[in-house]
Amino acid sequence: MPPKVLLSGNEAIAEGALQAGCRFYAGYPITPQNELTAYMAQHMPEKGGVFIQAESETSAINMVYGASAAGCRAMTSSSSPGISLKQEGISYIAGAQLPAVIVNVMRGGPGLGNIAPSQADYFQATRGGGHGDYRCIVLAPATVQEAYECMGQAFDLADRYRIPVIVLGDGMLGQMMEPVTFSRIGALVPKNYPKPWALTGCKDRKPNIVKSFYLAEGALEEFNLLLQKKYQAIQRTQTRYEEVFLDDAKLVLVAYGTMARIVKSAVKQLRLRGKKVGLIRPLTLWPFPEEAIQKMLRRKKPPVFMAVEMSYGQMVQDVRLAVNGKTPVEFYGRSGGGIPAEEEIVRRALKLYAAHS
Amino acid sequence: MGKIFAPPPSLRDTSTHYCPGCGHGIAHRLIAEAVDELEIRQRVIAVAPVGCAVVAYDYWDFDCSEAAHGRALAIATALKRVRPDNIIFTYQGDGDLAAIGTNETIHAANRGENVTVIFINNAVYGMTGGQMAPTTLIGQKTATTLQGRNSRLEGYPLKISEMLAGLPAVTYVERVSLHSPQEIMKAKKAVMQAFKNQIDGAGFSLVEMLSPCPTYWGLTPVQALAWIRDTMIKEFPLGRIK
Repeated sequence: MPPKVLLSGNEAIAEGALQAGCRFYAGYPITPQNELTAYMAQHMPEKGGVFIQAESETSAINMVYGASAAGCRAMTSSSSPGISLKQEGISYIAGAQLPAVIVNVMRGGPGLGNIAPSQADYFQATRGGGHGDYRCIVLAPATVQEAYECMGQAFDLADRYRIPVIVLGDGMLGQMMEPVTFSRIGALVPKNYPKPWALTGCKDRKPNIVKSFYLAEGALEEFNLLLQKKYQAIQRTQTRYEEVFLDDAKLVLVAYGTMARIVKSAVKQLRLRGKKVGLIRPLTLWPFPEEAIQKMLRRKKPPVFMAVEMSYGQMVQDVRLAVNGKTPVEFYGRSGGGIPAEEEIVRRALKLYAAHS
Repeated sequence: MGKIFAPPPSLRDTSTHYCPGCGHGIAHRLIAEAVDELEIRQRVIAVAPVGCAVVAYDYWDFDCSEAAHGRALAIATALKRVRPDNIIFTYQGDGDLAAIGTNETIHAANRGENVTVIFINNAVYGMTGGQMAPTTLIGQKTATTLQGRNSRLEGYPLKISEMLAGLPAVTYVERVSLHSPQEIMKAKKAVMQAFKNQIDGAGFSLVEMLSPCPTYWGLTPVQALAWIRDTMIKEFPLGRIK
């Protein structure tokens, strides 16, 4: 048996990043993700990489820009208010087509909010977040094991598509400790993508320019169309989701991250009571797994959907877009530190189930 | 007949987008000359600012990155840490370095990052239409100080070079001017020194250049040079600060 190591989600993310070949980290203190920065401070130097405690979130994301422009696998992490500060840099990274990984261990908002788990940054993560027409790939791990493993995928996707990748966790995932098996690291073996665009000094080649400024008439539109083409390719090929008990489901719950673990328990309880209830758990929030929902709409009698979130209804909008009015979409959520409990979800589901049966 | 004078190889042969009498062209050339004389063209990575010089890479023939407004020194920090054998410099205006980027500037300097900074002080925001800069002189009229900068409302010209010189990790700070051939020669020496410091691993080096902006000073190019000589230098004295 491969050994299991007890790690918090924050530590597991850091370890996963290091194993995935991340060699630059810049961060700024903010709860509830501080263990991640501390882990990097301790272990990044052992790998010969660079750790910097930046003077601000803004500087940290721009350091990631610089390290990535130099061809290095680079990341930063923060929690909601800090991620807001990073949006300028993320937009520039998207515009300069640089790979980067940004971890958001979400906490309650708006404003300073609190330090409780939350999923209220879904819009910010999946809609670009900063200015301009761009997207980030958004991954949503639910367990500490997944948090560790998804870092390999995050760096691979970032390099392959030269795009910012956001790992969207929450305070619960960041703080909870679970055993992690490193033997599944096979999935994380760093893949090396050639980076002929990187700034290395113009020895034996023409100078490289890393930029997002296109002033000439038509140049920016042309560039934005190129981005759109890239985004479409990602939407076609990089959607990931988990399906639970969908075969005969009359009611399908949709949830991601730690919320999905509670929802899964609720679904199991409902099955024990003989209710045909299933779960779709998006593993990628952008691209959103519309296909998982749309293939159920082709059934003779499509199921009813209910999104469950630690927010007052953000991902549910993507569910509604996918459903496009063809079947009812309901929502249950709490925010600001409130976490929908298993019993609350069961109660809501039973009510909905009865109303639509 | 042999060629006795030519542009430095690191400067591209292209027409300029800068206004008549602007100092950026001179500053660009001094940097290109220094890069060629030190034979570091293949190692240099420049970081361009937001401002009139955002497209500096259209003129320099070596690797270059854009930076968001004010963030050049955060980017330069990472470039140098990841690639210590490369020569990294930022080229920043007064708004970029001493207003929106003050935080990045002070902390990169305080960490003693082994990079070179070329700081263009023309006492005004050029690209956006001549607004007040942190270095605008008292009484100087700009698009946002129509009656002239008033210290009671807008504070005083920020002497960021003197501030940075007070930090223990800063190696070299010099203020030069582009208003006359003699001063330009001194500016060239300072640029060379700032690059040499980096090559020697000596730490954070900054050269502040007083640079003419006739367009937004409302002066002719010749008057602009005289204004630096007669007025600006009184507020921003030339010479080695550290």
